[in-house]
Amino acid sequence: MLHSSILELVGDTPMVDVSNLSPNPKVKIYAKLEGQNPGGSIKDRIALNMIEEAERDGILKPGVPEQVLIEPSSGNTGIGLALVCRLKGYRLKIVLPSNVSIERKQLLQIWGAEIIESPGSEGSNGAVRLAMKLASENSSWVFLYQYANPANPMAHYQSTGPEIFRDVPDITHFVAGLGTAGTLMGVGRFLKERNPQIQLWAIEPPSGEMVDGLRSLDDGYIPPVFTDNHGAELLDRKIVVGPKESIVWTRRLLEVGVFAGISSGAIMAGAVRCASTIDEGVIVTVVCDGGWKYLSTQAWTADVDEVVEKAKSTIYF
Amino acid sequence: MAHVRLPTVLRPSAGGNSSLEVNGESIREILEAISSKYPQFVSQVLTEDGELHKFVNVYLNDDDVRYLEKLETKVGTDDRISILPAVAGGME
Repeated sequence: MLHSSILELVGDTPMVDVSNLSPNPKVKIYAKLEGQNPGGSIKDRIALNMIEEAERDGILKPGVPEQVLIEPSSGNTGIGLALVCRLKGYRLKIVLPSNVSIERKQLLQIWGAEIIESPGSEGSNGAVRLAMKLASENSSWVFLYQYANPANPMAHYQSTGPEIFRDVPDITHFVAGLGTAGTLMGVGRFLKERNPQIQLWAIEPPSGEMVDGLRSLDDGYIPPVFTDNHGAELLDRKIVVGPKESIVWTRRLLEVGVFAGISSGAIMAGAVRCASTIDEGVIVTVVCDGGWKYLSTQAWTADVDEVVEKAKSTIYF
Repeated sequence: MAHVRLPTVLRPSAGGNSSLEVNGESIREILEAISSKYPQFVSQVLTEDGELHKFVNVYLNDDDVRYLEKLETKVGTDDRISILPAVAGGME
């Protein structure tokens, strides 16, 4: 099939049966391989949609030089935006916590994004804070702000959700990671409209060391995408998966031929827990990205406990 | 007794402890038991209406109690409870 632009290849990712990893023979598990997107992750969908929505709104003007975007991202959204900006001729600044894997920084640089580092100890919260500050000081910069941008969940409502329902119409559970909440809110709303019985499970990474950097509870953060979409009512379950389980399941995904990033291992661990708590059903889960960006963490090669120790101070989700 | 883990930000209002062993049959009873010993604690985790503060997440063995029975979620003697502030996820 011939395409006029790589951007046409965003979305419509394959779904693969990974039920060999299911602990319950009456529960099927399917994984949607988002690493097949051209920028390498599920975030290509929201990067493209947020930029094109801003163009439709006249906030970004195609072809006008020297337009600058700024965005906080621990990796994948930044990489997706960097790819889209490169093709469309926009300049991009990414605020990135200093403790992300080296491959993420390299990929951002390859696509021509400028990296602004925020303190690793403040995690994603710190990156969000710094990006907000810089955006308010530079009013000409376009701040898409994925945590609050309706085009983020809308990308999943319009593409990811319908693709899942098309490929697995008998889905009973959708298990996905909770970051900006875009995937769960968009896909979740679409699926519940088709069948309110479908259960939504959110998987969170442990907040680990970055929580210790919080001076007060008022520094806490809930993405507006979550509250705007009534996330607390929409979700049916929310569980934390620790680094060890995440690494173990990232490795186990290899048994079904899936080379995935560590957050996908965490989500797979959640899907397996889901499978063991229900009698029967059909679970759809998301493999957010491939393992390529995590090779330097030695997630597959080093001793598990060693990798886990390292993962505690690295942002992998 | 349930084992309760406290985040750094809440320790000053719980006698400086990073974890506590607490008796109680529900999450509400556990939080009340801590508050009876450390009166400052209650305003940190609960609103005036007695609901969970929006930036506080309570987990029963990794499960967010907001999606179980909220404060009425039953607690067993060997359960682990973690109280954590809400922070942005890092997958983006």
